[in-house]
Amino acid sequence: MTDLAPSLTRRPLAHASLVVGGVLTLLLLLAAALSLVWTPWPVYELDIPNKLQLPSTAHWFGTDSLGRDVLSELLAGARTSIIVGVIAVGIGVILGTALGLLAAARRGWLEELVMRFSDFAFAFPAILSAIMLSALLGPGIVTSIVAIGIFNVPIFARLTRAQAKAVWAREFTLAARAAGKGSFRITLEHVLPNILSVIVVQSTIQFATAILAEAALSYLGLGTQPPQPSWGRMLNEAQLQLLQAPRLAIFPGLAIALSVLGLNLLGDGLRDLLDPRLARRR
Amino acid sequence: MALLDVENLVVRLPTARGMAAAVRGASFSLDRGERLGLVGESGSGKSMTALALLGLLPEGAELAGSIRFDGRELVGLPEDELCRFRGDRIGMVFQEPMTALNPLHTVGRQVAEPLRLHRGFSASAAREAAVALLDRVGIPDAAWRAASFPHQLSGGQRQRAIIAMALACGPDLLIADEPTTALDVTLQRQILDRLVELCEESGMALLLISHDLGVVAETTRRMLVMYGGSIMESGPTAAMLRRLAHPYSQGLIGARPRLGAQRGVRLSTIPGSAPALAEIPVGCPFAERCRLAIDECKAALPAQEIVGPDHVARCIRLDAAGARP
Amino acid sequence: MPYFLLKRAATFLATLVAASILIFLVLEILPGNPARVILGPDAPESAVEALAHKLGADRPPLDRYLDWIGGLLEGDLGTSYAYGTPVGEIVGERLAVSLPLAILAMALTAALALSAGVFAAARHDTAGDFGVMALSQLGIAVPSFWLAILLILFFAVELRWVSAGGFPGWSAGFWTAIKALILPAVALAAVQAAILARITRSAVLEVSREDFVRTARAKGLSKGKTLRRHVLRNAMIPIVTVMGLQFANLIAGAIVVENVFYLPGLGRLMFQSIANRDIAVIRDVVMLLAGMVVLVNFAVDLLYAAIDPRLRAEDA
Repeated sequence: MTDLAPSLTRRPLAHASLVVGGVLTLLLLLAAALSLVWTPWPVYELDIPNKLQLPSTAHWFGTDSLGRDVLSELLAGARTSIIVGVIAVGIGVILGTALGLLAAARRGWLEELVMRFSDFAFAFPAILSAIMLSALLGPGIVTSIVAIGIFNVPIFARLTRAQAKAVWAREFTLAARAAGKGSFRITLEHVLPNILSVIVVQSTIQFATAILAEAALSYLGLGTQPPQPSWGRMLNEAQLQLLQAPRLAIFPGLAIALSVLGLNLLGDGLRDLLDPRLARRR
Repeated sequence: MALLDVENLVVRLPTARGMAAAVRGASFSLDRGERLGLVGESGSGKSMTALALLGLLPEGAELAGSIRFDGRELVGLPEDELCRFRGDRIGMVFQEPMTALNPLHTVGRQVAEPLRLHRGFSASAAREAAVALLDRVGIPDAAWRAASFPHQLSGGQRQRAIIAMALACGPDLLIADEPTTALDVTLQRQILDRLVELCEESGMALLLISHDLGVVAETTRRMLVMYGGSIMESGPTAAMLRRLAHPYSQGLIGARPRLGAQRGVRLSTIPGSAPALAEIPVGCPFAERCRLAIDECKAALPAQEIVGPDHVARCIRLDAAGARP
Repeated sequence: MPYFLLKRAATFLATLVAASILIFLVLEILPGNPARVILGPDAPESAVEALAHKLGADRPPLDRYLDWIGGLLEGDLGTSYAYGTPVGEIVGERLAVSLPLAILAMALTAALALSAGVFAAARHDTAGDFGVMALSQLGIAVPSFWLAILLILFFAVELRWVSAGGFPGWSAGFWTAIKALILPAVALAAVQAAILARITRSAVLEVSREDFVRTARAKGLSKGKTLRRHVLRNAMIPIVTVMGLQFANLIAGAIVVENVFYLPGLGRLMFQSIANRDIAVIRDVVMLLAGMVVLVNFAVDLLYAAIDPRLRAEDA
C-alpha cells in the first residue's frame, strides 16, 4: 500500500494543458502589446465607403459595418480585455485575500460577517449585479472593471479563508503562536506563502471569467463604450449584420473563446504543477 | 486437493519509478476448513496478496502466477466470472469498519446484498436473512439494526455486520485483512473468537492477515510470515511460536511489549525500516536490517530451507539464528 | 429532520428580510428621479413634482419600505412607473418566458452533463475521459452569446428551421412557443453542461475511491452494478448542489442570451427597468429573484435530507 504513485498518464495531460494554455495566453498578451504600438490600420478610423469588405491582402480579416479593419479591432480588443481582466481580478485578489486572511486570523463575528456577505453575493446572478452597478455609475469600461472586481472579492475571500484556516490549524503555526508571534506576522510569514499558489491558480481562472464578463457587458452596451475597442461590442455589431456579413460574427467570438480557453488551460496546468497535493487524481 | 493453491504469485504495481513488485513469488496453500495466518508489517505485500486472490488489484497493476481455488484457475479469468466467486465462494473483510459500508443504504440491505446477487433472494427473503445473519455474528437487537443506517452503529457493530455480509452466502474461504486492527482490544478478542466459532460451525477456511503476531497466534493453525513481498517463513503456528526460525520473525516476536516486563527496559526493535516498494534489493529483502546478514545474503533470494515438519524458512543463516538446535 | 429544516427555513427568512433592506437601500442611491425619467428632461419642474407626488416617490423612505413589504405580503406588487400596469402582470408575462427557458436549459444541461460526466469517470484516464474533458474546456471557453449567434446563423439563417428570435407567446400554441426557446436553451446549456460534466466526473471519481465501493466489489458486484447502486447516489450530493446554483442563475442570469434572441424574459425586463428607473419593477423583480434563489436552496436542502440519512438524525 506504500508507493502507489499517481497514474503516469496524468503527467502528459498536465504538461499539455500548461503548454497549450501558455501559448494561447502568450498570444493574447502579444496581441495586446502589439496593438499598443502598431495595428495594420488605425483602430478609430472610420472608412464608410470601404465597409463590409471581404478579407483581402489589404484587410486580412475584412472590414466591419463602419469600414474599420477587423484585425486591428481584434488586436486592440485584446488590450481592453487584458486591462479589465488585470485590474478587476487585481481588485478581487487584493481585497478578497485581505478579507479572507482577516477572517481566518480573527475568526469570531468578523469571520461570520465576511462569510455571510460572500454567501449573499454568490446567491445573485453576477450579470444582474453588474447591470445594476452600471445603472448607478453609468456605462463604461470603469463600470465593467468595478462590477467584475466587486464580484471577484467574495470569490477570493472564500478561497483565502478556507486555505488560511487549514494553514492555521497546522502545527508550525501553533509553534509560531507559542513562540509569541502575533497574528499579523504569522499571516505574512507563514499563512500567505503557503496559500500563494492556490491564489495564483484561481487568479488565472478568474482572469478568464473576467474576459467573458467584460465581453458580455460590452455586448449589452453597458461596458466599454465606442470608440474604445471591445470584442463584446464587435459581436453586438456583427449580429446586426448577420445576414449581410456573417463572417463578422466569427472572429470576435473566436478571440474570446481562445483567450478564455488559454487562460483556463494555463490555470489547470499551473494547478497540477504548483500544488500536486491540490491536484490529487483528477 | 487443497482449497486454495497459490503458486509463485507476483503482483506488480505502478510507482513513480516504473513498475515495482509488491509480491514476489509467494506460494502457499490452504485446505478446507483450515485457518491460516499471514503476518507482515505494512509494505510487506500481505494486503496485495489478499486483493490478488479476489482479482481486486488497483488499476494498472499486473498479476502473474497461479491461484487455484477448488481446482479452478483464477488468474486470467474474465471479470464476470470472478464476480461469481466474490461474495459467494470467497468472502472478504477489510480493515476499516467505519468507512466500509455505504452510508446511504441500510445495514440490512447491504448485508443481504450478496444473497440477492448470487442466490436470487427476493427483497423480503433477503430482509429476513439479513436479520438472521446479524444475529449470528452477535449483534443484539438484530431486527432493528438491520433497518438502521451505518452511522447509527458503533465500530464494533459495523465490523460484525461486515463479517455477516462476507458470510452471507456461506463461502468456502473467508479472507480477513486486519479485521480487528481498528477496534479496541476487548472487542478484538470477542470478534476473533466469534470468527473462529463461525469457521468451525460451517467448515469455512480462514485466511487471517495481520501485522499483529499475537492476533494470528491465537486464531490460526498455520502461519506465514511475509517481508518485502516474499514469504520468509511458514509453518504450524504452535511450532513456530515455540521456536521461530527466521531472523525477521524472531525480531517480530522480540519486539512485542511484554506484560510484566521490568520498567525502564527499552522495547527491542528491529533497526531500520521496511524498504519502499521500488527499492527492494536483489537478494534477501531483510538483509539490510538483519543482524546475521553476510554478503551471500544479498546475492540472491534464499531458497526455502526445512526447519521442521511442514516448517520452512528462507534464510541461509538459519543455524546462526538458532533455528535448528 | 424537522429541526434541521426549521433552522434552515428561519435562516432563509432572515436572508430574505436582509435582502429586501439591501435592495431598498441600493435603489435609494440610484440616481435619477423616476418621475423625471418618465416625463423627460424638458418637462416643467411642477409637472415632475406632481407626478412624483402621485407616484408616492416623495414620501419618507421608511414609509415607502413598509408600504412595499406590506404590499408584497398581501400580493400587491404595486404599479410600474414606466408601463402603468401592475407589476404583477408584467412579471408574470416575463416569467412565462424565463421559467420555461430555465427549465428547458436545465433539463438539457442535466441530460448532457450527467451522462458525459459518468462516461468520463468510468473511462478514467483513457481517450474517452480526455475527450470529455477537452470538450468541456471548450464548452466553458465559448461565450454563450457567441454560441447563440452562431446557432442563429446556422439553424435560423442557413437551415431556416427556427426563427431568428422573438417569442410568439404561449397562445400561439405549445410547440410553436417551445420552438422559439430551443436555440436559447441550447446556447445556455452548453456552458452549464460543460461545468456540470466536470463536477459530475470528479464527484463520481471521488466516491469511487471510497472504501464502501471496494466492499461492493468484494461482494461480487460488477463495475457497472457498483456504479449504479452505490456510487451514483452518493455522488449526487455535490452534483445537486451545483445544479441548484445553476438553475437559480439560469432564471435571471440568462439576460444576455435573452437579448440575442429578443426574448421578452425577466432579464430583459430588468435591463429595461433599470434604464427607465422603474423602481417598482426593479424592486419586485430583484426580490422575486432573491426569493427564488432562497427557494431553490431550500429545495436542495430537502433533497439532501432525502438522499442522505445522516442528515435526518433528530439530534443533528
